[in-house]
Formats: sequence, structure tokens, C-alpha cells
Amino acid sequence: MGLELIPISRPAPGSGGLTGTWRTLKPLVDLAKCIDCGICWLYCPEAVIDWEKGKKISIDYAYCKGCGICAHECPVKAIEMAPEET
Amino acid sequence: MLSIPASCASVVQGLGPKSGIGMPLLNVPFASAASVATGIAEAFKQLGVKGRAVVWAGDGGTADIGFAAVSAAAERNSDVLYVMYDNEAYMNTGIQRSSETPKYAWTTTTPAYAGGKKEQKKDVALIMLAHGAPYVATANIAYPQDLYRKLKRAAEIEGFKFIHLFAPCPPGWSFDPSLTVEVARKAVETGYWILWEYDDGVFKLNPPSTIYADKSKRRPLKEYLKLQGRFAHLTDEQIAELEKEIDKRWDTVLKLAKAFGK
Amino acid sequence: MRQLASLKTALTGNYAVAYAVKMAKPHVIAAYPITPQTTIVEKLSEFVAKGELRASFVNVESEFSALATVYGASMAGARAFTATSSHGLFYMYEMLWWAAGSRAPIVMAVVTRTVGPPWNIHDEHNDILAIRDSGWAVAMASSVQEAFDLTVQAFRLAEKAYIPVAVGLDGFVLSHTVETLELPPQELVDEFLPPRSPNAPMPLRPGLPLTFGNIPSDDRIHAEHLKRIYWAHQEAKKAIKEIDAEYGKLLGRSYGGLVERRWLEDAKYAVVCMGAWCGDAEAAVESLRREGVPVGLMRLRFIRPFPDEEVAELEAAEKVVVFDRDITPAGGVLGREVASVLGRDKVVDVVAGIAGVDFKASDFKAAFRKALEAEKGVVLI
Ligand SMILES: Cc1ncc(C[n+]2csc(CCOP(=O)(O)OP(=O)(O)O)c2C)c(N)n1
Ligand code: SF4
Ligand code: SF4
Ligand SMILES: [Mg+2]
Repeated sequence: MGLELIPISRPAPGSGGLTGTWRTLKPLVDLAKCIDCGICWLYCPEAVIDWEKGKKISIDYAYCKGCGICAHECPVKAIEMAPEET
Repeated sequence: MLSIPASCASVVQGLGPKSGIGMPLLNVPFASAASVATGIAEAFKQLGVKGRAVVWAGDGGTADIGFAAVSAAAERNSDVLYVMYDNEAYMNTGIQRSSETPKYAWTTTTPAYAGGKKEQKKDVALIMLAHGAPYVATANIAYPQDLYRKLKRAAEIEGFKFIHLFAPCPPGWSFDPSLTVEVARKAVETGYWILWEYDDGVFKLNPPSTIYADKSKRRPLKEYLKLQGRFAHLTDEQIAELEKEIDKRWDTVLKLAKAFGK
Repeated sequence: MRQLASLKTALTGNYAVAYAVKMAKPHVIAAYPITPQTTIVEKLSEFVAKGELRASFVNVESEFSALATVYGASMAGARAFTATSSHGLFYMYEMLWWAAGSRAPIVMAVVTRTVGPPWNIHDEHNDILAIRDSGWAVAMASSVQEAFDLTVQAFRLAEKAYIPVAVGLDGFVLSHTVETLELPPQELVDEFLPPRSPNAPMPLRPGLPLTFGNIPSDDRIHAEHLKRIYWAHQEAKKAIKEIDAEYGKLLGRSYGGLVERRWLEDAKYAVVCMGAWCGDAEAAVESLRREGVPVGLMRLRFIRPFPDEEVAELEAAEKVVVFDRDITPAGGVLGREVASVLGRDKVVDVVAGIAGVDFKASDFKAAFRKALEAEKGVVLI
């Protein structure tokens, strides 16, 4: 079938644009403090934190919206929310 | 196979044609999700397709406008897993009260200067229980492992499954987004939200709510309320009254746990 | 020559529809009781309960949910059917548009009935006419046999054009009146109506992460979608004629597509009507012709898609009298629709038989004469 009968959506990464640009605060991780518990990974509502036990975390800033949940939930305060530079 | 009625979830899935979640998804009219999912489940059954019909709906779409359809699906025991994410108001349209808005809470249709909402929150999970649904549970976004386990368990069961998921809304409840999990956790720690599960005739409390059956272990309700702007106008008497209502809710739940415990 | 014989029998209009649905082998049926529709789904639930029809029969709590249920089933690839009347149809309103906008190939019987207040269960066409702009194809039968044939044809049309189809039949006048009809053998219905594709309008099943109905990133996507529904209706006109002709070849009866014509070749006057009372209109026209009045009849089988080209054939007539068994604050619906093709000067719109008031062949004759005197505009009987 050529044309679809109805407009169907298919997921594509980042189709909503770079939502990271919405951010006013940026989560900065102090990997030295990080105890590799994965709590921030578990709670990040945007699923932009990568975590594999033993490798610690990394944040995809292209899509992190800066909500600050990770910083608030980190048990050792290894994440700090810093004002976004303009 | 997901059905989503009009709600914030119709927005957060993203804009077509390039956004979508990693699941087959039908967006459907506000009051229709339970019935649409029933139709999907019946079609799958007749066509021999292996798949689960799941609804992801807000409190308004479930407890208010869609309630007749939800009740009917439960009564028929249609093979649907229904998740009601409860942000305690109509958020998509800009914070209007729903039957799930708690007593005294501010919304745009229950102004604080008039004392907030006058009526108490409808306990939909207990109403679903009274329908005789094979699986009913409450959940809370601060406890994702508990939610994950409940979703997995529900997916194994044939018939109508209902999960009432507590989901704080930062702008709707007026708190900083970084506190989202904190607010949800405080709801459990103060006893405001009770995690329980009814499975195969057995009713039980789930941790960590289990310890809060002992009232002395609960944190003061104020710790939960003070995080949120929507309760800023409450007097100490009103807070005391709400605490009494929480005691009553616990009383019911504990009686159920006793009556239908193992 | 085919060896398969039809079964000649006598049924009410509602049972004829139920038999047609059974022979169409739907997967999912959902409905809610309302007079005069109820006996259709009662019969269908009996077929399912007795194992004569392998389908899910879903008992719902409202007509809104009936349509929502068959909508979910239809989108998931099932052949699905529902039926309703009047208040039930209006209770579905939001879902009607959603189903048409999803191109869900649902078939629904609408047993026409007045709309209250007051409570009145008798026949009138306001209910089915009110859904004409929702995106559904809307048809009306004129006999018990046609109620059967049209229902079978409706599944073919819905699944070819991806337009949901409403099959109308007059409350009581057809729904509860026993007439003789031929029930074709199942094999021929199977041949006419092959299983539907589960992949259109979209393949909806686990493992394929496709979404329908989310907010468009550009309103023009939505606009194009709406225009395509318009074009689908235009194309459906051809499909309706083809399906009707094919049905005739295979099952022995065809009706002429979107309209049925009688004595129009030499007609100076034309009568236009829709539904069961066209039988009485035809008797009146025949009697007028015997009296020497050169009058013909056009019966509308479909009002969506609207038979614009066929109605335009009446251009040659001096006067066109449209009979409406409905009333709106602007007059009759069909009168205005026909006038939109032929112009207001040529058309007289007779509003009659509303609220279920009896209207016989002799009444048609008298009303026709009154209409010719009126020359144009609306005549309320
Ligand atoms: C029939 C109908 N009435 C009203 C609306 C407008 N509407 C869209 S979403 C919504 C509120 C949804 O509330 P809820 O189900 O709690 O979900 P939330 O937005 O809070 O996530 C309303 C009133 C609609 N889409 N359909
Ligand atoms: S700030 Fe929010 S979105 Fe960004 S990584 Fe932390 S939790 Fe995720
Ligand atoms: S929550 Fe804190 S300690 Fe745990 S993984 Fe994240 S940054 Fe590291
Ligand atoms: Mg809500």
C-alpha cells in the first residue's frame, strides 16, 4: 500500500526536538562521590541517565530537562544542579 | 497494546508522525478507554493474537467521565489491565478538580479562598475490589520496583486488573519538580497513601506501607502537605481532620487485610 | 449454473439483519438495548450462545461503550458489528466521529425512531440523518429483503473503502414487520465477502510500535487526513455501484447502486424519498401515472456518500417533490440536500410522517398535489 489510510506515528529518537534546551538547571555529577547505586537512573522521568553497574552513570544532556529529581534523590549528593549558562 | 484516553498522557507521548512510545498505541475518546480495550482484547481472542489490552488513563478519564465503562469492564471481567495514574485533578485542561482531588485541596475550580475542595477523595481501588475484579492494587511512583512487580503480576492474570497509581504533578500541586519522588514517598510515609494488593482472593499490605499500619510509625501528615502549594491554606484543625480521615482509611484497609488475609 | 439454493422464508426486518450479520461472520458484536433495535442483538446473542456464530458478544453498559468496544475490535483487525436507534445513536455521538476518523470498517444497523421528548418509539428519520456529516456511509433499506442484502453489502463496502457504514431500517415498519425474503446459502455470502485484512487501516498488534491518534506536529497532517475522508466518500460512490452489481451477479438481487429509479425516463415530475415508506410512495406514483400524470420516483439508498450525480439526472424534470420523514428548524433534511443539487426553484420539500404518524399511499398522492401547488419551499403535513 502506498499512502497510509490514516496518519500513523512511529517512534524516532529525539523527534520532539532537543528538549535539553528547555533546561534552566543542569545536573552535574561528581563521579568521585558517586557510589554507583543507580537510584538516579531509576527515577529519572526522561530516561536520559545511562547506568551500568561498575561503570557509573552518564547523562544525555541533549534531552535532560533539568527537573532535578536525580540530584534530590541521590543518597550521597553526588549530583548538583547548576544554573545553565546562557 | 495500549489505549490512552484524553489526558496529559495524550500529550507526553509526543507529536505525530515521528513520536510515539515503543508500544502499539491507540488514542481514544476521554470516556472510552475501558470499552475500547475490551474490544481489542476480544478481537485478539477471536483472531488468535497473543497480546494484552492495557489502558493507561488519568483519574478524570477513569473515576469520572469513564467510570461507567470502567465499572462495566470490571463487572464483565473483561481481559484488560487498567492503570489509572492519579494526579488528583484534570491536569491536561489546567488543574480542575476531579473526584480524586483530596479534600481541601486547591484547584482552579476549588479556589483556596473558598476553602478548596469540599468533598473527599473517591477510593476507586476499593470500588474496583467490590466489583470482584481478580486483581486490584495501589502503587506509587516513588516505589518503581513495587509497581513493576504489580504490572508483571497483573499481566499474568486473565480478567480485569486494576492498578491505582499515585502520581504527583509538580505544576498541578505547586511544588518544585525535583521533589516529585519526595512528595510521592511522603504520601506513603505519612500514611496518606496505602500500598496494598488484592490477588486471587488475598488482600495484603505491601512494604513499606506494612509498617505504617502502626500509627505511631507514620510521619505527621503536615510533612506531606507542607511540600505542596495546593494545601498552603489549610488550618491546623483541618489537618487534624484529614489525619482522622486517614485513620479511617487505614481502619478499612486493615479490616480487609484481616478478613481476606492468608 | 450454481447448484446452491437460497432459502425462501419470512422474517422481520430486525431478524433479517441478524441473519445477515451472522452470515457475515463477525468476530465481535457489542450493543445496548433500545426499542426498536433490541431484537437484532437479542437474536445475535442467541446465535452466539447456541454456537451457531463464533464471535464475542460483549454486553456493555451504554451505546457509547458499544461503539467504543466494536471500535477497539475493528482497529485490532476484527470484523465488528453494533446496532442502535435514536437516543442510543445520539449517545454514541463522540465515538461516531472517532470511528470514522480512524477509518474503522464497522457496520452498524440503525433502526430509525423519533427523538424525544416526548418518549415515542415510532418511526422517523431524524436520528439517522443527524449522523450524515460524521464520516459514516449512511444507507436506508426499503424492504426486509433489502435490509438483509444491504447489511451484507455494508461489510464489503466498509472493508473496501475503510468507511464505517450505517444501515438504516425503519422502526416497526420494517424492524418488526414480517415479510418474505430469500436467505442466500452461506457459501455464496462467503464468496461475496472474504475475510477482512487485519492490517488496515493500521496493523495493530503486539511488537509493532505504531501509534494512532496522537497530536499532530503540523495541523496540515490532520487537514490532509480529513480531505482524504472526503475523497474516500467520493470514491465509495463507484464502489457502492460495483458491490451492488456484483451482489446481483452472485446472489441474484441488485438495486441500482446509490439510488433506485422508477419511471423516470419520461417523467415531468419526480418524487424523491428514502426508506420503507417508498413502497407507499411507489404505489402512489403508479396510481398517478394511471391517471396520466407523468411522474417517476427516485429512492435514495445512500445519503452518504450523497448521490449527487444521480439526483442531477432529475434536472430534466419540471418539478421534484422530496418527501422527508424528518424535520429540522430549517425544514426537511433531504429536501435541502436535493435542492443543493437542483436548486431551490425546482424542489418542493414535503415533511410528513414525522413522530411515527401513519402516511399511506393515498396521503402521498394528496401531498404530491399539494406540493405541485406550492411550487417550491417546504410543505408541512
Ligand atoms: C468528552 C470530553 N470532555 C472534555 C475533554 C477535555 N479534557 C481533555 S483531558 C481532560 C482532563 C483529563 O484529566 P485526567 O483524566 O485526570 O488526566 P490528566 O490530564 O490529569 O493526566 C479533559 C477534561 C475531552 N477531551 N473530552
Ligand atoms: S535533571 Fe531530571 S531529566 Fe535531567 S537527568 Fe536528572 S532526573 Fe533526568
Ligand atoms: S544516585 Fe547518586 S550515587 Fe547513585 S548512581 Fe546516581 S549519582 Fe551515583
Ligand atoms: Mg488527572
